[in-house]
Amino acid sequence: MSDATRRTIAFTLNGRRVTADVKTHETILEVLQRDFGLFGARESCGQGLCGCCTLLVDGTAVSGCLYLAAFAAGAELVTVEGLARGDELHPIQRAFVEKSGFQCGFCTPGFILMTAELLSRHPRPTNEEIRHYLSGNLCRCAAYPDIIEAVKRAAELQADRT
Amino acid sequence: MTTTPILPKLVGQRVKRREDPRLIQGRATYVDDVTLPGMQHLFFKRSDIAHGRIRRIDASAAQAMEGVEAVFTGAEIAELLGPMPIGTPYSSPAHRAVAVDVVRYVGDPVAVVVARDRYVARDAADAIVVDYEPLPAVVDPELAMKGQPTVIHPEFPNNLAVALVPSGTGVDAAGKVDDSAIDKAFAAAEVVISQRMVNQRLAPCAIEPRGVVAHYELGKGSMTIWSSTQNPHILRTFIAALNGLGQDQVRAIAPEVGGGFGSKINIYAEDYVASAISKRLGVPVKWIEDRSEAFVATTHGRDILGYVDLAAKRDGTVLGLKLRLIADVGAYNMLLTAAIPTLTLLMANATYRIPAVRATLTEVFTNKTPTDAYRGAGRPEATYFVERAMDMLAQELKMDPADVRRRNFIQPHEFPFTTQTGAVYDSGDYEKALNTALEAAGWDRLKAERDAARAQGRLVGLGLSMYVEVCGLGPSSSLPTGGWEHGQVTIERDGRISATTGASPHGQGNETTFAQMLADQFGVPIEHVTIHHGDTAVVKQGVGTFGSRSQAVGGTALHMAGGKVKTKMARFAAALLEAHEADLVFENGRIAVKGAPASAKSFAEVAAFAYVPVPLPEGLEPGLSEEAFFEPANNTYPFGCHISMIEIDRDTGEPTLLKLVAVDDAGNLINPLIVEGQIHGGLAQGIGQALVEEVVYGEDGQLLTGSFMDYALPRATDFPRFELHGCVTPTPVNPLGAKGVGEAGTLGSTPCVVAAAVDALSGFGVRHIDLMLRPEKLWRIIHGGQA
Repeated sequence: MSDATRRTIAFTLNGRRVTADVKTHETILEVLQRDFGLFGARESCGQGLCGCCTLLVDGTAVSGCLYLAAFAAGAELVTVEGLARGDELHPIQRAFVEKSGFQCGFCTPGFILMTAELLSRHPRPTNEEIRHYLSGNLCRCAAYPDIIEAVKRAAELQADRT
Repeated sequence: MTTTPILPKLVGQRVKRREDPRLIQGRATYVDDVTLPGMQHLFFKRSDIAHGRIRRIDASAAQAMEGVEAVFTGAEIAELLGPMPIGTPYSSPAHRAVAVDVVRYVGDPVAVVVARDRYVARDAADAIVVDYEPLPAVVDPELAMKGQPTVIHPEFPNNLAVALVPSGTGVDAAGKVDDSAIDKAFAAAEVVISQRMVNQRLAPCAIEPRGVVAHYELGKGSMTIWSSTQNPHILRTFIAALNGLGQDQVRAIAPEVGGGFGSKINIYAEDYVASAISKRLGVPVKWIEDRSEAFVATTHGRDILGYVDLAAKRDGTVLGLKLRLIADVGAYNMLLTAAIPTLTLLMANATYRIPAVRATLTEVFTNKTPTDAYRGAGRPEATYFVERAMDMLAQELKMDPADVRRRNFIQPHEFPFTTQTGAVYDSGDYEKALNTALEAAGWDRLKAERDAARAQGRLVGLGLSMYVEVCGLGPSSSLPTGGWEHGQVTIERDGRISATTGASPHGQGNETTFAQMLADQFGVPIEHVTIHHGDTAVVKQGVGTFGSRSQAVGGTALHMAGGKVKTKMARFAAALLEAHEADLVFENGRIAVKGAPASAKSFAEVAAFAYVPVPLPEGLEPGLSEEAFFEPANNTYPFGCHISMIEIDRDTGEPTLLKLVAVDDAGNLINPLIVEGQIHGGLAQGIGQALVEEVVYGEDGQLLTGSFMDYALPRATDFPRFELHGCVTPTPVNPLGAKGVGEAGTLGSTPCVVAAAVDALSGFGVRHIDLMLRPEKLWRIIHGGQA
């Protein structure tokens, strides 16, 4: 029996093929939290205005609080939990720690994934590119100057790695 | 022979935060991540009008929906919960967690749905029909004071939450007022500055919204409550009291908390309701705030009007200050609502030796979200009113704003200094802070740059502000929650250190600063120290994190507890080493006899001995665990100077911050890296108040700024990198010499940015511009008010 309000979707999550049974109204954020125990992307505004729920879908940063789970079918998803290799932090994470680019940390995964998209498109970003990409992410602790330094440092670390 | 590694001293060093790894990987646990078997979800039906009488609530359709466990109206909640308590000594209207007969602000809860998931709960809330008889909305505090257009709480005539409180010169302890000194000051004045000033309403906007999970276990008769709070022990106290439970029967847990900025001090309606419903139904319940709710349901900050009169001589010497404050506190008193504006009274003396001060305060109810603490909490307002007046005096006298301030500073030899409003400033060197800032900013060079820019037709201005704030709250005489903090230090059997603190950090990094202190105190690696916080079952006692008190009060409590353990441990070590305990040194993971380094035991060996002490040294109990309560004798009074340069676009009125230089004296610093982060954040919020943030209500009491579309927060694109400089005047109030720094950035930044805007537009004859500096407002000044 088919149910128009439910779907079974298959997608790649942090490098692994997975499936999930989702309701058509559910957001990918809810599914990541409920079915996969991934809480790095978090809802803060629920309107796509703060960037806390950012994840990468096929390399593009999206607001997980607005992105319907059903749309993730066949896509490649990366959350902040998928960046580190075991105990080894991703260069962007290392850069954020090195430059102290956060305080309470609630918004940080969103900044990190937005940085990931930025660096994938602009490996040596200008100040303007950094500011442009980060303009949709809110940090109430206002660690911005250090975040911008962290992004520059991340670009260096990634360049060293490749 | 093995060599002992030398452990560097960590206090004062830029130690990387221990909180970082879990936060950077998305592995921290916040309240929304807590899920319990059988958990139900709450949704609050809230008033969509500002003021009205509830005629009827029809919840039948909601109750009939599949997945709805229960619906509670205000009357039903009132059977479970008494009125919400407040933490100030003022009389207060009964405040029901869910409104019973009258709603008094947009967002006032009127019913609660309990359902199997958030979707069902929200749908059911939509199905509840509330029939209101609308009442006139009270929005303007100055009209409200005249009882217009109506009175919100009948037992508080003219909406006076707190009727006029006088403070300052000639006011005795009983509140008797002698105006002769202040009248004399104004009679002698050669110049008087008078200005009405608005310090606007702000929304704290912690990026993690509030949330609560309450679990009353029927079989045990005990409650566990997880809440995004700054102070789990205070939460426990009030949750126990309102649920008829003992404090021993309630466990409060603050998991990872994503910012608070004062807004998570309160014990909110949702905390009480969640606990009461869990107790009533015997199931765990969860409520997570959404952002639209946060704008109406979480307390706002600031919203104080000031009528400022400053009397001076023509050489710039200030003779007297009159400050008449009207605080718009919204619809109800929350935990500290009534007390916050009294901090504005307390700090009216600012950094100046003002011979006569008369400050008065009236607090007024309006049909708005209640106000309470927001970063700075009363002190930025005082700073703003006085510093703006000092600027206006400088402008009037054509003096440099630095010079007029310099002429009036309290001098270093005058500390401790008792102000006209009764504060006892512990220590200070204001001229040093000013000079450091002027030099760091290159004040004269900046003036030349400004003048050169103006010659090209650009609208560039400079602003400067001093500040002093009251921190390290505080003696118990000034805090109804108790002004102490608690710490416990345990040396485990393997020589590792576990410590607990009642200060409950939510982004400040105290797991790091406290570990730095203890690592130094015991001469062990910081990796061997774990700081526990935020769980009343683990942390025996506590007050919490607010009022820039964690390091000054909480840090000191841990330092004291550490001292007690160290004394005891030295006695065990002395027995093992057959030495005198006074001759022992704790360093590099060892306890050694001074001058005889070969005669030593490892820290772990002594710890192990303390737990299996054979033979037990005379007069000692086994074990190494000690606690301490630190009660400070006074608050601390950090101070500093902020300087800004801004440019205003002539065509659009858009202000751009070009430069911000901050000198902050927080006493001794444990970790400059963390201190700088705190100052950065405070500055951004202070500049945000000046440039982008304002809660706006319509005349009908509707909130017009209820999302991040309408209420702006500073963004990465908004500011240049701030230039931070320090000076260090340790406080004598605690043995660490640390004063507190969490709020400092918000104090000087707002007035110095406004001063810069006024300076930029001085060619248009402007003396003062009210907050916030909307481009439209600036454009109108530039273009003569013609649209």
